[in-house]
This record gives sequence, C-alpha cells and structure tokens, in this order.
Amino acid sequence: MRCVSDFFRVALTVAGKDLRVELRSRTALVSAITFAALVLVIFNYARDPAEISREALAPSVLWITFTFAGVIALNRSFSLERENAALDGLLLAPVSRSAIFLGKYLANLAFVLTIEAVTLPLFVLFFSVDVHGNLAGIGVTAVLATAGFVAIGTLLAAMTVRTRFAELMLPLLIFPFLLPPVSWAAQITTRLLAGRPVSEIVGWMRLITLYDVVFVTLCLLLFPSLVDE
Amino acid sequence: MTGSLQATAAPLLQAISIERRFGASRVLRGVSLEVGPGECHLIVGPNGAGKSTLLRILAGLARPSSGELRVFGSPWSADVASRQGVSLLSHQSYLYDDLTPTENLLFAARLHGMTDPLGSARVGLDGVGLTGRGDEPVRRLSRGMVQRVAIARALLTAPRLLLLDEPFSGLDPEAAERVIGLLRKQMAAGRGVILVSHDLHEAWELATHTHVLVRGEWKVSGPVQGSLESFLGQYRDALRE
Repeated sequence: MRCVSDFFRVALTVAGKDLRVELRSRTALVSAITFAALVLVIFNYARDPAEISREALAPSVLWITFTFAGVIALNRSFSLERENAALDGLLLAPVSRSAIFLGKYLANLAFVLTIEAVTLPLFVLFFSVDVHGNLAGIGVTAVLATAGFVAIGTLLAAMTVRTRFAELMLPLLIFPFLLPPVSWAAQITTRLLAGRPVSEIVGWMRLITLYDVVFVTLCLLLFPSLVDE
Repeated sequence: MTGSLQATAAPLLQAISIERRFGASRVLRGVSLEVGPGECHLIVGPNGAGKSTLLRILAGLARPSSGELRVFGSPWSADVASRQGVSLLSHQSYLYDDLTPTENLLFAARLHGMTDPLGSARVGLDGVGLTGRGDEPVRRLSRGMVQRVAIARALLTAPRLLLLDEPFSGLDPEAAERVIGLLRKQMAAGRGVILVSHDLHEAWELATHTHVLVRGEWKVSGPVQGSLESFLGQYRDALRE
C-alpha cells in the first residue's frame, strides 16, 4: 500500500513541477494555441465553399488541429528536462521510473487537453459548427483519443530528446501511432455533428478505450528500460 | 574521529576493476576504488581522462562494460534501493531555470519523500548562503549562485555518499570556504565523498585519499601522504609517463 501511495506521490510531484514550469514560461501553451488558431484560419480560407461543405471538412480539420498542436506541446515535455541535464537529476532520485513517466504523462495530458479546450471555441467560430447538444460527446471523445496518443508521445519524446533532430523525430515517429485514434475520433465527431444515434459511435469509443489501455500500460512498462542506459 | 570511522565501518562504495568502452575506445581501464565513511577521495586528471564517466558509473547513471560495483555493501542494481543515499553534483546543475531555488529544492525534497520539504529547502539554501535569493528564478542568478543552489540540492537529502564533479567551479573564495565547511561536516557525520576537482588548493583541505586518473587508469592511488606540493609533483610525473 505504501508502495502504491509513493508511486502516485512521485507521479503527482513530477506532474506538478511540469505544470508549474509551463505556467511560469507558457512556452508550449502559447506556441501550440497559436499554431492551432493558424491551422483553423488557413483551413477556413483554403476551402472551396462550392465544392466542400463545412460539415464534411470540419471533423477532420478539428482532429488535424488537435493532434499537431498536441505534438508541439509534447516536444516541450522532455526538452525542459534537457536543459541543465535535469533528466539526470530525475533519474538519480530513488523513485520508480514508471512513476516519473506517469507524472510526465499526466502533465502532458493536462497541456494537450487545455490546448484542445481553447481550440474548440475557435473551431466553432471559424467553421460555424453547431456543437450544442454534442459538447459532452465531443469532450469525451477528445479525452479518450488524447489519452492514448499523449502516452505514446510522452514515451517517444523521452526517446528523441537526446537526438539532434528531436523536434523533427517526434512527429515522424508518432505519426503511425496517431492514425488509429485520430481516424476513429474523426468518425465519432462526424456522427455526433450529424446528429446520428449513439449506437453508431459506441464501437469506435470501445476501440479508442482499448487503444488507451494497451498503449498507456505499454508505455508505463517500457519507459524504465528506455531511460536506463 | 575520521580515523576511527575508517577503521571500524564497512565501505560505502567498492568499485572493482571497472571498465567502460565506447565502441573500440576504452575510457576506463580496470579502475578500482573503495570509499569508507568519513573519507574524501580526490580524483584528478587531465581533460578526457574518464573522471566524469567514472562518476556517472558510480552514481548509476551509466553502466560499466565490465567490473563490479557495490554500494553500501550490496551489488549495484537498477532498482530504487541502489539509488537511495547516493547524490551526484555534476557539471550540469540539474535545476529548472524557470523555477526559483526554493521551488527546485522543494521539488527534489518531495521527490525523495522528505517529511518537511519546505523546511529542508530553506535549511539547504541557508547552508550555501542564499537565504535571501530563494525566490528569484534560477535563470536570473549568477553562475556562482547557480552552483551554490546545485550544491544545496546535492546535499539536501543528507546522502551517505556524495559524488562531486568540480564543486568549486564558479565559486568566490568565501563561497568555496563555506562549501568546504559543509563538506567537512558531512565527512564528520560519517559520509563518504568522491571529489573530482581542478581546484586543488580547496580540494586538498578535504582529501583523505588521492587518485590520479590518466587515460582511464590510476597512475597514483592511495591515502594522502605529504604536502600538496609533493602530490603535484607526483601528478606531473604521472602526466609525463
């Protein structure tokens, strides 16, 4: 029992530190939100209204924006540990490596969900999409889809942080892992915005949940061997 | 007091024939070291001799290619217990520039599960003479002040074994004297210190053992004998070999 409480104490300490650093510098949040707003503006003006309806394009645009803005935030996650070799300081502490991963993961999840929460009203504004009545569904979908790809992103960010092209490597490596949750989330969003019955989205929701369970568990197990030389 | 600790207590650290290879290059060649309570082992050597690599291995941040490492009597392993009671001060500060010294120490104290993190952080900053500077972001502090915060972080948990890489770097004479006093207290409390330093005048005040590392192997190794001048002579001879 003591072991479990220590595990979560360490995870919350690491997450709290990351949130405090980000609130102080706002580097990742400002960059990701600015990027998200620019993507939405470009998609809005690049679309040919006569050929492609807003409703057809909106779900894909929303998830493209969420994921790429999320990757920007994930890149920051371990780059702050690279400054002054702070990651070595973390690894020297007599604490579970998996607890460190969980802390980094929780902080990243909070960042990316915050970015999504700020981006969603901009999306509604630019695409004039009526989310009234679907907000809870879109929120649950966002949390479920984000939980999985942030876990993979956190692991890959730890892997790429010591490489020369860390900012390039993370989007490249995460890409294959992003495809399943993002495509499932886009399918759910399309049906939610079209007012389709819940029975049509339950299958996708189950797939995303399974993806989350598998990848969060795998990442928790793999992180220690990744950071130990 | 130091002598009695050395005579009776089990070694804090035993490194036996440590080798470290990077590809074809052998950075450490059969280095052995035994550190007892209250001892301070001063390691010197030219740049690239393998001093920092040795410290990283002793701290558990890197693994030896061969050889045996025992910490507090147990074989070193990657589990949590092996990292308990060992602290490393490296060239890098391990600090977060956007946080204040107090927040950095508070984070380290919480990570180690200390019972009074804030109290420990304040005592730590007080110890290195930074009581009034605890609430400024680290990025605004001078190089010497950052080094003092890093030293406070390394000493925060009262580790039984301290590994220090250039602790006097960037410190003014007053701060260096303060750090020597802090380290003397640690040694008097039975803690072991391994000190890598080019500031030999400061380091000599603490050293109980000296080692000269050249191209990954000891050229001189043993208890302090004679004066700093005679040691410097040995050091120069080792470099010429």
